[in-house]
Amino acid sequence: MQDKALKTPIQTRYNQRALKDRMARYFVASGGISVIIAILLIFFYLLYVVIPMFGSAEITEGATYATPGEGKTIHLGLEEQGTIGVRFTDHGHVIFFNTDSGSIVRDESLDLPANISSISSNLDLVVLGLENGSALAVQYKFDLSYPDDVRTLTPRLEFPLGQDLLVLDESSQALTQIVIQLNEDGAGLAATTSDKRLVSARYTREESFISEEITTELTSNSELALENTIRSIALTPTLDHLYASTDKTLTDFSLDENGFDGEKTKYYFKHEITQLKLLLGGSSLMVGLANGEVQQWMSVRKDNGRELTFIRNFHANEHKNAQPVTSIATEQQRKGFAVADSKGDITLYYSTSQRTLANINTAKSSIENMAWSARAQNLLVSDNKNQLHLYKVHNEYPEVSWDVLWGKIWYEGYDEADYIWQSSASTNEFEPKFSLMPLAFGTIKAAFYAMIFAIPIAILGAIFTAQFMAPRMRQTVKPAIEIMEALPTVILGFLAGLWLAPYVETHLAGIFALLLILPAGFIFCAWLWRFVPNKSLLEGWEAMILIPVVLFLIWLSMILSSPIETLFFDGDLRMHLSNEWGLNYDQRNALVVGLIMGFAVIPTIFSIAEDALFSVPQHLVRGSLALGATRWQTMTSVVLPAASPGIFSAIMMGFGRAVGETMIVLMATGNTPLMDMSIFQGMRTLAANLAVEVPEAEVFSTHYRVLFLAALILFLFTFVFNTLAEIIRHRLRQRYSGL
Amino acid sequence: MINQQTKAWFKSGTPWIWLNAGAIAIALVAVFGLLLLILFRGMSHFWPANVEAFHYQNNENNLTVIAEIIESETVPLEALHNIEISDNTDVGDEYGNVTRYLVKTGNRDILGSDFRWLYDIDLLDREQPENIMALERIEWGNFYGYLNAVYENGNLVTDKEVWPEFIDRLNRTNDIRDQILQLEQGDIGAINYQLERLRLKEKRLQLDNKLTDAAIKELEEQRNNLNQEYGVLLQQTQKLYQQINRDSIKATVMDGSEVTIPLEKIVKAWQPNKMSTLNKVGYYLHTLWAFITEDPREANTEGGIFPAIFGTVLMVMLMAVLVTPFGVVAAVYLREYAKQGVLTQIIRITVNNLAGVPSIVYGIFGLGFFVYFLGGNIDALFYPEALPSPTFGTPGLLWSSLTLALLTLPVVIVATEEGLSRIPRSLREGSLGLGATKAETLWRIVLPMASPAIMTGLILAVARAAGEVAPLMLVGVVKLAPTLPLDGNFPFLHLDRKFMHLGFHIYDVGFQSPNVEAARPLVYATSFLLVVVIVTLNLTAINLRNKLREKYRALDG
Repeated sequence: MQDKALKTPIQTRYNQRALKDRMARYFVASGGISVIIAILLIFFYLLYVVIPMFGSAEITEGATYATPGEGKTIHLGLEEQGTIGVRFTDHGHVIFFNTDSGSIVRDESLDLPANISSISSNLDLVVLGLENGSALAVQYKFDLSYPDDVRTLTPRLEFPLGQDLLVLDESSQALTQIVIQLNEDGAGLAATTSDKRLVSARYTREESFISEEITTELTSNSELALENTIRSIALTPTLDHLYASTDKTLTDFSLDENGFDGEKTKYYFKHEITQLKLLLGGSSLMVGLANGEVQQWMSVRKDNGRELTFIRNFHANEHKNAQPVTSIATEQQRKGFAVADSKGDITLYYSTSQRTLANINTAKSSIENMAWSARAQNLLVSDNKNQLHLYKVHNEYPEVSWDVLWGKIWYEGYDEADYIWQSSASTNEFEPKFSLMPLAFGTIKAAFYAMIFAIPIAILGAIFTAQFMAPRMRQTVKPAIEIMEALPTVILGFLAGLWLAPYVETHLAGIFALLLILPAGFIFCAWLWRFVPNKSLLEGWEAMILIPVVLFLIWLSMILSSPIETLFFDGDLRMHLSNEWGLNYDQRNALVVGLIMGFAVIPTIFSIAEDALFSVPQHLVRGSLALGATRWQTMTSVVLPAASPGIFSAIMMGFGRAVGETMIVLMATGNTPLMDMSIFQGMRTLAANLAVEVPEAEVFSTHYRVLFLAALILFLFTFVFNTLAEIIRHRLRQRYSGL
Repeated sequence: MINQQTKAWFKSGTPWIWLNAGAIAIALVAVFGLLLLILFRGMSHFWPANVEAFHYQNNENNLTVIAEIIESETVPLEALHNIEISDNTDVGDEYGNVTRYLVKTGNRDILGSDFRWLYDIDLLDREQPENIMALERIEWGNFYGYLNAVYENGNLVTDKEVWPEFIDRLNRTNDIRDQILQLEQGDIGAINYQLERLRLKEKRLQLDNKLTDAAIKELEEQRNNLNQEYGVLLQQTQKLYQQINRDSIKATVMDGSEVTIPLEKIVKAWQPNKMSTLNKVGYYLHTLWAFITEDPREANTEGGIFPAIFGTVLMVMLMAVLVTPFGVVAAVYLREYAKQGVLTQIIRITVNNLAGVPSIVYGIFGLGFFVYFLGGNIDALFYPEALPSPTFGTPGLLWSSLTLALLTLPVVIVATEEGLSRIPRSLREGSLGLGATKAETLWRIVLPMASPAIMTGLILAVARAAGEVAPLMLVGVVKLAPTLPLDGNFPFLHLDRKFMHLGFHIYDVGFQSPNVEAARPLVYATSFLLVVVIVTLNLTAINLRNKLREKYRALDG
């Protein structure tokens, strides 16, 4: 009752107002905090995209079952998605089975006249070597159909070189090792025989359009007798090298169209060689050793021709009780591979990044065969206890490591380790090269040349504006510089690329002459000024007086440009540079970028430096002048030292802006990721690279995440730089207020 | 004596002061030089320059070139060593220099390229014939030549004077072209849009298992109605197409051959050498207006830039609507409500520094977070019928505005905070002392007083957003958008559409177009437009800020 009585209209109104006040408080607080969180989100989202790249792979056992079907497994294969597996048995059966359960889908006999004595594969192409010296190439394919909307795979066999046996060894000895390389119009085969001979043969094949019948024709064959038993062989896709291992020796036999051309090179190892395998693309030879180590070798151009060269090794079990490598399975679409040993240990490696990604041992017995599915998500393994294991592999970003991003990497096809950025190409076998070094280098280079140009103008200009300029002129100069800051960089970039770059190219000597002519001209003007009467009226307007002088001097330099070139550089400075000094001239180069990006960062540096110089307490200046120092002495010994932290922070801010600038660099350089400090060459910066490549990068691919990493680096770099500059400035302000 | 004086003079530091003055002079020359360069190059493009006939000698043959002079320069002979000039080696003036002209010959379809160099030394004669005609064509750039006759349905029109007759018929053709455009883009476009919506509606019903027979029938009926309308419109356009093909002209080109040009391919015709200065000014303004209001042609290298202006303005307006409330609320929170301590200071510095983070980083964030994450989820929730083609899960207007709002948020926050901090304490205390609550003080005293500061921040934000290109390349700008993001079809504002942008237009036409040389004047003109907008905005902001400062100085006193 009492409460009700108290609720006078004023009271109610007061309550309402208090409620409104509280609501406003909550609204503003929640709004403000959420805006701040949104800003922080940028950092965390970039981090969220980048982090998965550095996680290791996961491998788990999906299923284990007794080998389906009869016979001993001599080869394993997997369909693209990994749902159907295939095994080749020593009796010449090809058995397709469901990889989850092991139930047989199809069992096909090849009806071979002799037992199989050797086998090898190249993706889904399998070649069988028989005890009678002949060979057969088989390809397993899967037809996809959707009966009743259910995805159904039907396996079938194809014979790319025809169903007839190819006689490799005319003396009908058993083939103990065999390899094949198939290309569009033919195939190359090589094999070892039980009487220690090496045989090779080349075939052409033709497919008739009507009957789809394949006819093959032998174009050349040759053989070599050897001293030792060969344990493993590998043939390059170009059919010009055959690698063979005996005990601790690796021999590189050279081949031409007619077979072995007699050249061979031997390489000696510390341990017994147990396996040879070519990585995707066939440029890298993986050598498995008895101590569990795998070494990567590549054919590299040296002074005296091409030579196999050791690149890197993989030895995750080095400090454990190491077992010999029993099987190497290379991935079908990347440069990764799995290595198994005689104790059942399976390790996943990635060649380029030299990463050990995962390790598992559930078989506990010697692994004999392994097969990857196309996207390397399933690994099918057979052991010597007649068991099959299906492993599920989750391994999305093996290509990236600290070394790949920042170190020199020896890529296939290169003569030495180098920093390379090359994110995409047309072929499947291409390996993306993600070194951020050339981009970081380009970024620093562009910023460096911009700063060389910007710092003198901005700082000297700021000194004059803050300390010597007439206040009325200062009022127009400051907005002019602010306009300069606001000019869209896309316009600056456009002018740089389409106006300045060709202009600089034709007036190169004049541009460099400006460096001398301008300062000399200014000092000459100052000297002349001594003889002008009544000049105190114009004190503080020196900059205005110099504007026509600048215009005149620029004009002078430009018309002097070609006489200078004629006089000193045989008429063409660019030719002279490349002939005499070996400097190549790109039209869109660091000089152009430096000039225009310098233009873009001048206002940033100018404003902050001018602010710092202007706010030096006036009583310090007056005190110095009163003590008899000249204006310039006061400047150098009182004002500059006091304001130097502010100037330093101005330079840092300017650098931060130059590092992140995108459009100017994108338009004013050739965007080539080179590591060359030359002022006449272009560059590719992190920011420009993002603008070019992000729209094309497949979402959540390694490339996409590396680009996000580049963005994160840019973010952190500029953020830290700006924060430092801001702290310095803050300190300075406090010091001034203390004075 | 002089030496000592000079030494003393150097010691006094005067030359160094002049050196400093020189630095600022260079900066000023650079700024104004650049602005003038853009102004001059951008604006001279629309001027109907006289077309000259050059008679010159090349390998003993006398040739005539009809062209506009674009620029002339004097170069030393050495610089031309890679270009073949007449075999007479004893050419040039006393310094061994030659003058050459870059001329625009037009007639790209006949000559292969628009431009060529002419050397003064080869010239025999040049003149400006009165009756030279210049044509702007739909395809193949400009045409220069002499008008011979006008044809109607292949028959010569004889009884009238040629030029006025041609202009009359050209106006008629242009009218018909406008009608066709109106029909095709307006009415037929609307029908296509509705058909697409019907398709999506059907798919949506199907997904929701609500596609009953009645619904199918209704959809079918609507579709039939639309198709009928479409048929009628199609007939109309076909009729117009027949009409537009009626007339053609015959004209002589510079090598003396005669070509036939259908009027349908001509946008505009003029006789530059006959025009008086006043005529030229009129023509100039007309072309400038057309440039601002028309759609681009020929892969953006000709025609106008209206869609780019429209897209830029719309995107910036959306961004302003998004950024203002958030920026102001955040600033008010930081300045008025948050406890002023180390944490608030850190947040302030952080916000301040975000203004220095490269814009491309915002673009990357916008693409990853807004487009793929938010957009992808919105599509899955609200637009499943359109999948797999994305609605919001692809770069577009909304995401561009949001990204730029985030990018300019620090600008607004910093400016607003500065404004708030300048409001004298006494005013606030007075309001509170009179019994107003904090919210009331804020709403009635503080914010109104800070509004010029907020405006300043907003204008700076808009100026920055209008000139930003790098992030937009990732989150929504395209070189050629088929439709504007705002049109007469429900829901009128299409936030999911991609749009064109002045800044990107400059990049695209200047660097990605097949005929950069011909497109260059257009890029200068576009640049000029963009610079004008941005400089105006900035000057407004600077003025506003200066006035504001004076006002508070008065209050403080």
